[in-house]
Amino acid sequence: MTTAITILFFGVAYGMILYLISVGLSVTMGLMGFVNLAHGVFAMLGGYVTVSLMNRLGVPFLLALAAGCVLVAALGFVLEWMLYRHLYGRSELDQVLFSFGLILVSVAIVRIAWGPLAQPIHLPNYLKGQVTIVNLTLPAYRLALVGFGTAIIAGLWFVFDRTLYGARIRAAVDNRAMAQSIGINTSRLFAGAFGLGTGLAALGGGLGADVLAIAPTYPLEYIVYFLIVVAVGGLGDIRGPFVAALAIGLAETACHYFVPQAGSIFIFAFVFIVLIWRPNGIMRRR
Amino acid sequence: MTTFSTSTVVRSLTSSAIIRLFKLLPWLAVAALPLALPGYEPLATQVFVMILFALSLDLLVGYAGIVTLGHAGLFGMGAYTAGILSVHGITDPIVTALCGVTLAAVTGLVFGLAMLRTKGLTLLMLTMASAFLLYEVANKATGLTGGEDGLQGVSFTPLLGLFGFDFRGRTAFFYSLAALFLVFTFVQVLINSPFGWSLRGIRENDARMAAIGCPIMRRRIIVYAIASALAGLAGALQAQTTQFVALHSLSFELSGNILIMLILGGSGRLYGAFVGVPAFMFAQDQLAKQDPANWFLGLGLILIAMVMLAPGGIIGIAERIVLAIKMRGRP
Repeated sequence: MTTAITILFFGVAYGMILYLISVGLSVTMGLMGFVNLAHGVFAMLGGYVTVSLMNRLGVPFLLALAAGCVLVAALGFVLEWMLYRHLYGRSELDQVLFSFGLILVSVAIVRIAWGPLAQPIHLPNYLKGQVTIVNLTLPAYRLALVGFGTAIIAGLWFVFDRTLYGARIRAAVDNRAMAQSIGINTSRLFAGAFGLGTGLAALGGGLGADVLAIAPTYPLEYIVYFLIVVAVGGLGDIRGPFVAALAIGLAETACHYFVPQAGSIFIFAFVFIVLIWRPNGIMRRR
Repeated sequence: MTTFSTSTVVRSLTSSAIIRLFKLLPWLAVAALPLALPGYEPLATQVFVMILFALSLDLLVGYAGIVTLGHAGLFGMGAYTAGILSVHGITDPIVTALCGVTLAAVTGLVFGLAMLRTKGLTLLMLTMASAFLLYEVANKATGLTGGEDGLQGVSFTPLLGLFGFDFRGRTAFFYSLAALFLVFTFVQVLINSPFGWSLRGIRENDARMAAIGCPIMRRRIIVYAIASALAGLAGALQAQTTQFVALHSLSFELSGNILIMLILGGSGRLYGAFVGVPAFMFAQDQLAKQDPANWFLGLGLILIAMVMLAPGGIIGIAERIVLAIKMRGRP
């Protein structure tokens, strides 16, 4: 019983991180149809900014997280304007190559600036140790991940479903030409969504620094998981990837606990089976 | 009823024979390389194997328009098949290579059936996941593959019972060159066949191809299996010529590198692989040994610059220069 709850808990915490990082990719993919392999770069940079601010300047955890989020969102905004924007109409191969090049450049820059080793995160005292609820003992950091993740996701869903901005994004995902013709400035919308997505990724990277280690190979190592979340969840949606991220987080945690000798074999097999069953993702309308 | 005068037939026959002879010249020149540069045979062998691998990828990326980031999975499949067979006593190079080709083709067929119904990001992710899956299996099945230490004790009996794989690498050199020549000829015939043209059609517009009655799914799966078989051959050749198989042969790094090598030369052009692979391997040899960070930085910047400024790779740039010279002075 305790084991089941521990796995559930660790799996959900892991899934939250995957979701925060990947949701931006799903939205930008749905909006612009841009295959952005470099999405993990923004999560990594968020992690580096957060960890560096904390370790070198002694900035409190939450403030460092916010700074990482804002800085990386700004970077995403600039990159969208300078580079990505010019490649929206290009072939998938060009987009893959461009974003792969961006990954390599970022890996090199991070390696030069911070060295090849993973950056340790020194969590504040209130996130260390255990918290006991009724008769369950849970690690405080994971508990905070789940709580914080839930709050951000609730906010995101509110923006997406209940605000004019969210309605514009949904309209542009469904039919860009029609959205443009009723006066939605889609290129400004894209830039905003891109910045929002990269900011969320940075937040996920910083928050999850203790789950997905912050090292130069980050964008190469985890890219397949971010792509899985988006492909299994469905493009241009924010609920599908949530279900997919939780499923992947839970399955990965359970597999590593029960059959460690199989590594991630089951996850990849599971992904194949799901996508044979539903090639457009589990939650895809139509 | 068409009539040909004897002289036209003779003339066209001789001219096509001469063209064919000219096309053989570069191959003969390369075959004479050991005379000019003795000691470089092992390096040249690696280049040939990688060119063969890149050619197989060109079929997918350049002609069928299937972008894959998991092509190393099939390369590794061929390499591990040949290696594992040799450890268990089946050591004939041709037999093990054919087994590698077959197993890679079957693997490609199975994955192709599962993957090719999807498109875009999903397809890209599945190609990646297919290679990750094979990597994890090889990593965990240590009894069969040696896991992270690589496969030990790989050795092969002499080629055709005559030419042993020696330290100078002459046999490996001519063996891989011959394989490359055969594969190149095969791919050239394939892409100029109706099948090859239907692949280009699917790449350009699959809806229209479907409308004129082309079985798109079947074509895509067949080309994926063919490319898998050729990648498996490249892998088997690597296992045979280096007498070693490591997890790297299945890695995402190799999948990414081979794609970059192809693109650097120019995809969809057949000769791109012959330009891109040596250029990449030479640059990697020069730069990566100093500091991997510099190598990544340079490679990344080149990729970005190529996409933004020079699509078509090195061959593409050369084509444009030739075109510009031809057009000079015309209104």
